[in-house]
Amino acid sequence: MERSNISSKFAPELHNMLNILHELQNDNLQNYLSSEDLKWVANYLNTTYSSVYGVAKYYSMFSLTPRGKYIIRVCKSPLCKMIDGEHIIKCIKEKLKIGIGDTTNDSLFTLETSECLGHCAQAPVMMINDKVYKNLNAQKIDKILKSIIK
Amino acid sequence: MIAETRIALKNAGKYKPEDISTYIDLGGYKNAEKALKSKPEDIINWIDEAKLRGRGGAGFSTGQKKRFTNEAICDKCLQKYVICNADEGEPGTFKDRIIMEMDPHLLIEGMLIAAYAIGATKAYIYIRGEYTQSISKLHIALKQAKEKGFLGKNIFNTGFFLDIEIKLGAGSYLCGEELTLLESLEGKRGYPRIKPPFPAEKGLFGMPTLINNVETFAHIPYIIEHGVEHYRSIGTENTPGTKIFTISGDVKKAGYYETSLGVTLRELIYDLAGGIKQDKKFKAAILGGAAGTFVDHTVLDTPMGYDLLKERGAVLGSGAIMVLADDRSIFEMTYSILDFFKHESCGKCVPCRVGTTQLLLLMNQAKHTKSDRIELLNKLLAEAEYMDQTSLCPLGQSPILPLKSIKQYFESQF
Ligand SMILES: Cc1cc2nc3c(=O)[nH]c(=O)nc-3n(C[C@H](O)[C@H](O)[C@H](O)COP(=O)(O)O)c2cc1C
Ligand code: SF4
Ligand code: FES
Repeated sequence: MERSNISSKFAPELHNMLNILHELQNDNLQNYLSSEDLKWVANYLNTTYSSVYGVAKYYSMFSLTPRGKYIIRVCKSPLCKMIDGEHIIKCIKEKLKIGIGDTTNDSLFTLETSECLGHCAQAPVMMINDKVYKNLNAQKIDKILKSIIK
Repeated sequence: MIAETRIALKNAGKYKPEDISTYIDLGGYKNAEKALKSKPEDIINWIDEAKLRGRGGAGFSTGQKKRFTNEAICDKCLQKYVICNADEGEPGTFKDRIIMEMDPHLLIEGMLIAAYAIGATKAYIYIRGEYTQSISKLHIALKQAKEKGFLGKNIFNTGFFLDIEIKLGAGSYLCGEELTLLESLEGKRGYPRIKPPFPAEKGLFGMPTLINNVETFAHIPYIIEHGVEHYRSIGTENTPGTKIFTISGDVKKAGYYETSLGVTLRELIYDLAGGIKQDKKFKAAILGGAAGTFVDHTVLDTPMGYDLLKERGAVLGSGAIMVLADDRSIFEMTYSILDFFKHESCGKCVPCRVGTTQLLLLMNQAKHTKSDRIELLNKLLAEAEYMDQTSLCPLGQSPILPLKSIKQYFESQF
């Protein structure tokens, strides 16, 4: 398997593990790390499959199962939760008809929760892939999701 | 009416982070040049005398840390490292993000000076993976600094060499703890290491390592520029300088504010953040995040400093201030905090793995019954106390902080 974009960027050293896993996951249209990916990393870093698996499994930003094109991460940390965060999560669940951790049937969205995203002054907050959405309410969520579904 | 005093945010909004020439126009990298043409020992002395304390939460003396790292002797010390802790995961905290998004070059300049002082030629910024804006700003800034010769070989013709690399975290609060950060940076699962040895002796790859928070590094160029005496004239005797406070919750103008240390909570909440939303009454502030402390109105006029707050059973921590109006429930907030710890416990040691689950279980039982809340609080405290004494790392020793402060200030309202 060709992964020349990665081998040219990162030396085959163990400390590059997380950066490499991020890069592979971002390159994957289904936003996850396949067992092929993990095997490639193990081989490239000259380590065992199980140690790569162990790392990928540990960190919550990595997924070992296919996800949607858009990852929705809603903050459920104390402050967002206090400012109506639970209502926001309920709203999204109802609109997309999925639960937390699930992916929509059309493979467009995966709904996840996250701890504090560092935008607490504009709670409640969520991220969709790299973009942050703040001061959320039901109408806003409706608009944001519609603009993605189009 | 108190005004802001800006050190770490002195350039915020004054230049374009994507364009290094606008930073240079502001006098950028002049302090690094001055530092690199001074003796490393002098820099360490200045920072020590300035009494700069770590802004990441614990408030440890930065000068001493540098001295230890500088003096670290080991058999095969091929390399020393500087690491910037940009994992910022403490709920309610977003100061490091503001610095990195608005003034990435100040951070780089601070790290450059620190690296020169301790003799490190390799540095890393460990940044949480969710901070996509900060990451891209830093990538651009590092590239431009290298192009201008502020990083790389023979910086300012002094022969000094430094390379800075970005390392991404991947969604673990615990990885902000410095020893766990080292494990993660080495490409492993985020499990803590046993202390000692401290990073100053045996840190990254077993080599002497200086780890500081983003905001701490951002103070260093200022100290070089204005000198020890000036720096000491700001803030309090034991905690000179400024601190960025991130104020969120039931205030009219939530946001980030940098002020001299010694400022009071009342000044921060009422003068800077505009007071409580809808002019409701103030009930509580949580200082320092989840691993922080609840305080009531009796602490509103206590000057904010690491030591002065400690006398009141509170912590300054990361500078997070979450404000609760009088219609908020202390119980609900406690629930979310304990939920946070349960989620972030790495599970390596039994007291914390079982303890964080047990704390939440107790809360859940109480949620659905009209049980005696004072008795519940005592049970929670006993459990947290046990965790504090037996857990492997500071995360398991954290739940006691908020719980103790609730006992002190809100027992009757729990
Ligand atoms: C669970 C836990 C999480 C932490 N997270 C962070 C963090 O995100 N950023 C940070 O600078 N320090 C964090 N710390 C504190 C670090 O261990 C360390 O004290 C700090 O990086 C030292 O930098 P300073 O001396 O400049 O404050 C955390 C500590 C613990 C116990
Ligand atoms: S105290 Fe908690 S977070 Fe720390 S090692 Fe034990 S289980 Fe992990
Ligand atoms: S608590 Fe949600 S962004 Fe900080």
